[in-house]
Amino acid sequence: MSGLLSMRNLSLTFSTAEGPVTAIDDVSLDLASGEVLGLVGESGSGKSVLAKSLMRLNAGNARYGAGSRIVLHADGRDIDILTLKGAKALRQVRGDKISMIFQEPMASFAPAITIGKQMVEQLMLHRGLTAAEAKMLSVEMLDRVGISEAAKRFDQYAFELSGGMRQRAMIAMALSTKPRLLIADEPTTALDVTIQAQVIELMKEIVGEFGMGIIFITHDLGVIAQTADRVAVMYLGRIVEEGPVRDVIRRPAHPYTQGLINALPKLHDLDAPLTPVPGDIPSPLERPAGCVFHSRCPVAGPRCRVELPETRAIRPGHRAACHLTEGVTA
Amino acid sequence: MTDAAIRIRDLEVHYPLGQRFLGRAEVLKAVAGITLDIPRGSFFGLVGESGSGKTTLGRATLAAAPISKGSVAVTDAQGEIFDLAHLDRDAARRFRRRAQLIFQDPYAALSPRMTVRDIIAEPLEVMKLCKTRDEVNHRVREIATMCRLNVEHLRRFPHAFSGGQRQRISIARALVTNPDYIVADESVAALDVSIQADILNLLKQLQSDLGLTFLFISHDLSVVAHSCDHVAVMYLGRIVETAPPRKLFTSPRHPYTRALISAIPSLDPDDRGRAERLEGEIPSPANPPSGCAFRTRCPMARPLCSDAAPELRTLADGHRAACHFSEEVTATERQTPQTQDMPG
Repeated sequence: MSGLLSMRNLSLTFSTAEGPVTAIDDVSLDLASGEVLGLVGESGSGKSVLAKSLMRLNAGNARYGAGSRIVLHADGRDIDILTLKGAKALRQVRGDKISMIFQEPMASFAPAITIGKQMVEQLMLHRGLTAAEAKMLSVEMLDRVGISEAAKRFDQYAFELSGGMRQRAMIAMALSTKPRLLIADEPTTALDVTIQAQVIELMKEIVGEFGMGIIFITHDLGVIAQTADRVAVMYLGRIVEEGPVRDVIRRPAHPYTQGLINALPKLHDLDAPLTPVPGDIPSPLERPAGCVFHSRCPVAGPRCRVELPETRAIRPGHRAACHLTEGVTA
Repeated sequence: MTDAAIRIRDLEVHYPLGQRFLGRAEVLKAVAGITLDIPRGSFFGLVGESGSGKTTLGRATLAAAPISKGSVAVTDAQGEIFDLAHLDRDAARRFRRRAQLIFQDPYAALSPRMTVRDIIAEPLEVMKLCKTRDEVNHRVREIATMCRLNVEHLRRFPHAFSGGQRQRISIARALVTNPDYIVADESVAALDVSIQADILNLLKQLQSDLGLTFLFISHDLSVVAHSCDHVAVMYLGRIVETAPPRKLFTSPRHPYTRALISAIPSLDPDDRGRAERLEGEIPSPANPPSGCAFRTRCPMARPLCSDAAPELRTLADGHRAACHFSEEVTATERQTPQTQDMPG
């Protein structure tokens, strides 16, 4: 495994009519090839904004912080993503080295263009293939992701496929350009559990076969436990905990991670009460001072309201940002 | 048999599929013959994939879907029986007060141009249940408090609220006419897990405080197993299994239930790849398979399954399951995730 992506001190604010809104605050992350990083958090935690900044897809009013740096090491070259200028330079991270799978596949395929035509278009653009080669590869990819009668599906429109088939077609399209990094933004959230299990299985096979790095965004820790090698927990634009998936789920260090685990229905103990994380995620316009989680934290003390906790190593490879973990060392 | 609030007998709901020249029009059987009792005061879970007909069944019990065959009878707390297939105007009006629906998406269900007070008050005003405006305001504040909404915020518009708060507004609106039967259609599916637990706890509490009968429709078996006291599993317009959730979860008697349970992603990272994969997808209800509707995806299917549709029968352990080979279905193993106990 080698370093694929390094994100350093990424900060992002949106300038809005009501003032600057902080969406991402000082996030550093690394990802190796062949590794699956799960990114968990509630709506409004900034996970999708983070993913979009890797392809510079955020809206025009996005301002990146001064020290922010995202470097993609791909095919022997370093691409400094935040310094890319112009549509042509950006194209190498939009659909070429990096591909993205979205939550709602119905909304991400153009409704009036056949699936095949959309796949061929991006292959000709990014891979420089001829139309015939691109078609051959597209049908091959559709077949690879388990779509029956791939040649027939190639000429169909997105609305003619079921939800699960559409998501498979989306995966085929994202993989056909052989990206080094795949971003999957809630790829299974809109699907039934049975279909979700199929898609998770497929994504695991794909990492093994293509060896790219994957950032898997979801709010479901169960899905993370089934797919990811490492997990990063986001809250109000900050990574509050990060580490190997086993370690984080079995021995969560941050009260927010503990809260997310407690809120899940327990399959082995139906009598256990469901414990919600109290309150709602604050509006980004009213960012709490000190630790961003203190307004909902069951164990917050006076220090948490004023002082931002540092991110500390808890165990090898496992770090968390909470005052209460101070003194806990590997 | 206990006191049933909802009595469903051989219910079928058909939707026409276009017009045919000469001969009969084809129909889609969204509900294809269901007999079910929903006991008074129960939290009844209805589970199935998209396209299984669970929403249509829920709507049929609210007189909001056409009843093509069979009957649905709803008995309210005062003992009045509503025969939903033959409701006259007066009875329909009275029934609307007694039965309400909570929708899935709290972002789409609330009008952005009405204040929260007006949204909650609307059913009272439409049904003319209050004589004065003061009476309306009093009732709105009462129900809002019960649903843990801040009464200071009643003059705001929905956009100022988070998903969880919006769902509490929808619940308040459904409860304001003091109904005794509520259909909650995927009411927590659009919410974050952290908020989902909060709404489930609220629904459970309201149910026990107000003595409501709940039909809780969900695709998430783990949520249903946790919250409901009865569960029915649907597949292609039919009920394939009913049992108390604990029994359903530990010893499913239908291969579809078993597959659904096994597909729930486990929180244990070492429990990977144990799920038995259900191949393919739910067939179109416009063209269901012969015999047992599930046979095309069933790992246990045999020739008998394509010849004869299995009846929903009561088994020795009290489950009711519609499978020729229920006795052979074994429980899925599931490891206990080793999570640390949380402080606080």
